[in-house]
Amino acid sequence: MVKLDAKIPHGPIAEKWTNYKAHQNLVNPANKRKLDIIVVGTGLAGASAAASLGELGFNVKVFCIQDSPRRAHSIAAQGGINAAKNYPNDGDSIYRLFYDTVKGGDYRAREANVYRLAEVSNSIIDQCVAQGVPFAREYGGLLDNRSFGGAQVSRTFYARGQTGQQLLLGAYSALSKEVANGSVKLYTRSEMMDLVIIDGRARGVIMRDVISGKIERHAAHAVVLATGGYGNVFFLSTNAMASNGSAIWKAFRKGAFFGNPCFTQIHPTCIPVHGDYQSKLTLMSESLRNDGRIWVPKSPEDAEKIRKGQMKPTQLPEQARDYYLERRYPAFGNLVPRDVASRAAKERCDAGFGVGKTGLAVYLDFADAIKRLGKHVIEARYGNLFQMYEKINDENPYETPMMIYPAVHYTMGGIWVDYELQTTIPGLFAAGEANFSDHGANRLGASALMQGLSDGYFVLPYTMQNYLADQIGVARFKTEAPEFEQAEKETRDRIQKLLSVNGNHTVDSYHRKLGLIMWDNVGMGRNKAGLEKAIALIQELRADFWKNVKVTGTNDQVNPELEKALRVADFLELGELMARDALVREESCGGHFREEHQTPDGEALRNDKDFNFVSAWEYTGADKEPVLHKEPLVFEYIEVKQRNYK
Amino acid sequence: MDLTLKIWRQASATAKGKFVNYKVQDISAEASFLEMLDLLNESLVQKGEEPVAFDHDCREGICGACSLYINGRPHGPDRGITTCQMHMRNFKHGETIVIEPWRAKPFPVIKDLMVDRSAFDEIMQAGGYVSVRTGGVPDANAIPISKRNADLAMDAAACIGCGACVAACKNASAMLFVSAKVSQFALLPQGKLEANERVRKMVARMDELGFGNCTNTYACEAECPKEISAANIARMNREFLVAKITAPKE
Ligand SMILES: Cc1cc2nc3c(=O)[nH]c(=O)nc-3n(C[C@H](O)[C@H](O)[C@H](O)COP(=O)(O)OP(=O)(O)OC[C@H]3O[C@@H](n4cnc5c(N)ncnc54)[C@H](O)[C@@H]3O)c2cc1C
Ligand code: FES
Repeated sequence: MVKLDAKIPHGPIAEKWTNYKAHQNLVNPANKRKLDIIVVGTGLAGASAAASLGELGFNVKVFCIQDSPRRAHSIAAQGGINAAKNYPNDGDSIYRLFYDTVKGGDYRAREANVYRLAEVSNSIIDQCVAQGVPFAREYGGLLDNRSFGGAQVSRTFYARGQTGQQLLLGAYSALSKEVANGSVKLYTRSEMMDLVIIDGRARGVIMRDVISGKIERHAAHAVVLATGGYGNVFFLSTNAMASNGSAIWKAFRKGAFFGNPCFTQIHPTCIPVHGDYQSKLTLMSESLRNDGRIWVPKSPEDAEKIRKGQMKPTQLPEQARDYYLERRYPAFGNLVPRDVASRAAKERCDAGFGVGKTGLAVYLDFADAIKRLGKHVIEARYGNLFQMYEKINDENPYETPMMIYPAVHYTMGGIWVDYELQTTIPGLFAAGEANFSDHGANRLGASALMQGLSDGYFVLPYTMQNYLADQIGVARFKTEAPEFEQAEKETRDRIQKLLSVNGNHTVDSYHRKLGLIMWDNVGMGRNKAGLEKAIALIQELRADFWKNVKVTGTNDQVNPELEKALRVADFLELGELMARDALVREESCGGHFREEHQTPDGEALRNDKDFNFVSAWEYTGADKEPVLHKEPLVFEYIEVKQRNYK
Repeated sequence: MDLTLKIWRQASATAKGKFVNYKVQDISAEASFLEMLDLLNESLVQKGEEPVAFDHDCREGICGACSLYINGRPHGPDRGITTCQMHMRNFKHGETIVIEPWRAKPFPVIKDLMVDRSAFDEIMQAGGYVSVRTGGVPDANAIPISKRNADLAMDAAACIGCGACVAACKNASAMLFVSAKVSQFALLPQGKLEANERVRKMVARMDELGFGNCTNTYACEAECPKEISAANIARMNREFLVAKITAPKE
């Protein structure tokens, strides 16, 4: 049986990364030119990795689904990126960022990885500023910060409400520079179909050109998956439409273990669902919780009147409102971590205090902030978000409170990686949201951007060399190898199978059904009966999909229906693994809330004695049950406590 | 509401295209424009017909993937938003909506409403960056930048690269796109060192790729979903002039 080795370097936590770098193997410049690396994905993680590896002198091929690397889903991140700079002099430090991240993740992340993340966070800001990223500044010309949930310091750097865009454009410009230099070759509108393994090592990928439908083989000495998160398994989420779980699912099926698949983040501040034709949900950045106050009516009668349109929220007097986060969590108030805020909203709505037509919404109110700071300040801080809200809801949030409700947003789970970000398949690395690494059971706001760029700019360029150092004698691979032949054949067969079912139901109809099963049973509240039901329902739906799905068109053309079908087929397997993982984890932690395990006042109740581990699932074959491996978590630098935001 | 859609259908880059009429019924005013197209596509698939291909991804106005001329206007009738941000309440029951792909020579049609905008990537590769490597850079607060310049740089950097400026321009000029990048870097000390070379190379690449000249009509500014200012074009022209004067002799 495979033994999980996280390869955590020895020594005190603050010296681990320095020690690692001092002793790792390196590749000399002449040899770098002989080594090929494939990077799948051009989000923050992929673009920064590809650019940095190209600068070092490796031959890099980089792939993305969209027509340009600049359109990766990272572009949509709004609020900001954390770093331990302590520019505001409010008591921040590397240790504190490390501590907040581990605590925010409800003590289910690996200490050494998180410490390294906090350590390199400052270099990320330096790097981005050097690239010309226009972060917000104060009048004195220095960088400005704001606060995010789960922290008592202001450590979030931002570029208006478009931080992800600006960081991605920075990484994209670095990538463009390397494409121009010839060290990186760029393949757009290209989707990964399979991973190729030769003699137990990752040696290539099978890609589909989405314009021509051509199936292509690419070989390399190492492969990086930076393909983002799988939140779209829920159909409705804040993720972009093309976000998918297929690349990592293919890796899972080829032997990479899947870490904590059930850890999903449901974000508290999203625009509520309004119709069944809806294709995605829109996030209202967490930064809004800096100035907005969350409330519902104190009495169910008032809530009812508001739902029926007989009363406006602005007519409800102050004393008739329940600012439930401020009430329940006086220390953190509206800035509690996301999982806590989401559950609290669900609790109020389930109890009959929700607003909006459906009763599945709460208010996020800026009236106080506007009174205190003036409309112009709020406009400068959140103008584009307010505009976005108004366009969607046809309501002016400067005059009436916003309506929000939790929505699926991020997946903490992902491919299991060790300290080097290497998966259980030698030569296969995973970065960004695609790996499981740093956020435990709940990610703090503004930490995904930090992690993606940390992985790409500052971790992989080191750790991959440690792997590649003994590969310099390995000649370039030929794509005629039988392993490529086989993987390509499997891809073609799968596509053919999908096109030939010719049933009666659209791909989207299956995706929507899967989403509902997931939301109802593997969403914000989970229990044994629901999870068992979900597994059965998903198996049924999957069988039905392969019998009755209708995919129009052919393979040798632009065929968005086929692209969707390939992704949904994988989601139909991944969803089941998520439910299995949630079923096994008989505790509540972070975003994973098992209704059987809660404190008397409804807070998540962890079970450190039995569940202080990372779940790492191994694929054992189609329609066979996957096997669970456990990576025990050791906390040496942080005292494990019940999380308390009161 | 019920609507008639007059949509450009074109099987491939080389095929001849034509308008085809479709009827959609019972569309909610709350639905987005792309959700309305989803509904059309779902009904086409159910009938075994090929759905209409169009580019989209984030559906919140930031990735720049969506495009479309809607009733002759890039990103439709509403100002300051992309197609994906537009909601059906902008239309009336019984209306006919004409939907076409970007029409500009440097952006050839791929299929139906999808076009190839890789020319923008190529312009970026010509010089749309500061030549720093990963690591070895100074502390982020080592170079103070006036809030005014940082804000102006951000205004320019907000471009989403959708190509509406090119599509709006009768000459298919890419001046607004290129000038937004040139301006962002010209306004920041980090970008100053390479400013001359950058503007020369990016403009040269833009010309090679077949984008037309700017004749100061500013349809680009009017149609830009991010309301990028044409003042960037003026700034780029100044930069270009300086770069020309100081250019090393061949
Ligand atoms: C609306 C929104 C707002 C957010 N705001 C913040 C924030 O303020 N702060 C923060 O820290 N985090 C935020 N996040 C989270 C953060 O944006 C993401 O976690 C992060 O950007 C993921 O980056 P990535 O590089 O891992 O993947 P992505 O950016 O998702 O990139 C994935 C890449 O992989 C490619 N790809 C995927 N599958 C395949 C395949 N099969 N074949 C080929 N290519 C493939 C895609 O084309 C793309 O290039 C936000 C997320 C959302 C949805
Ligand atoms: S789909 Fe991203 S901008 Fe419209």
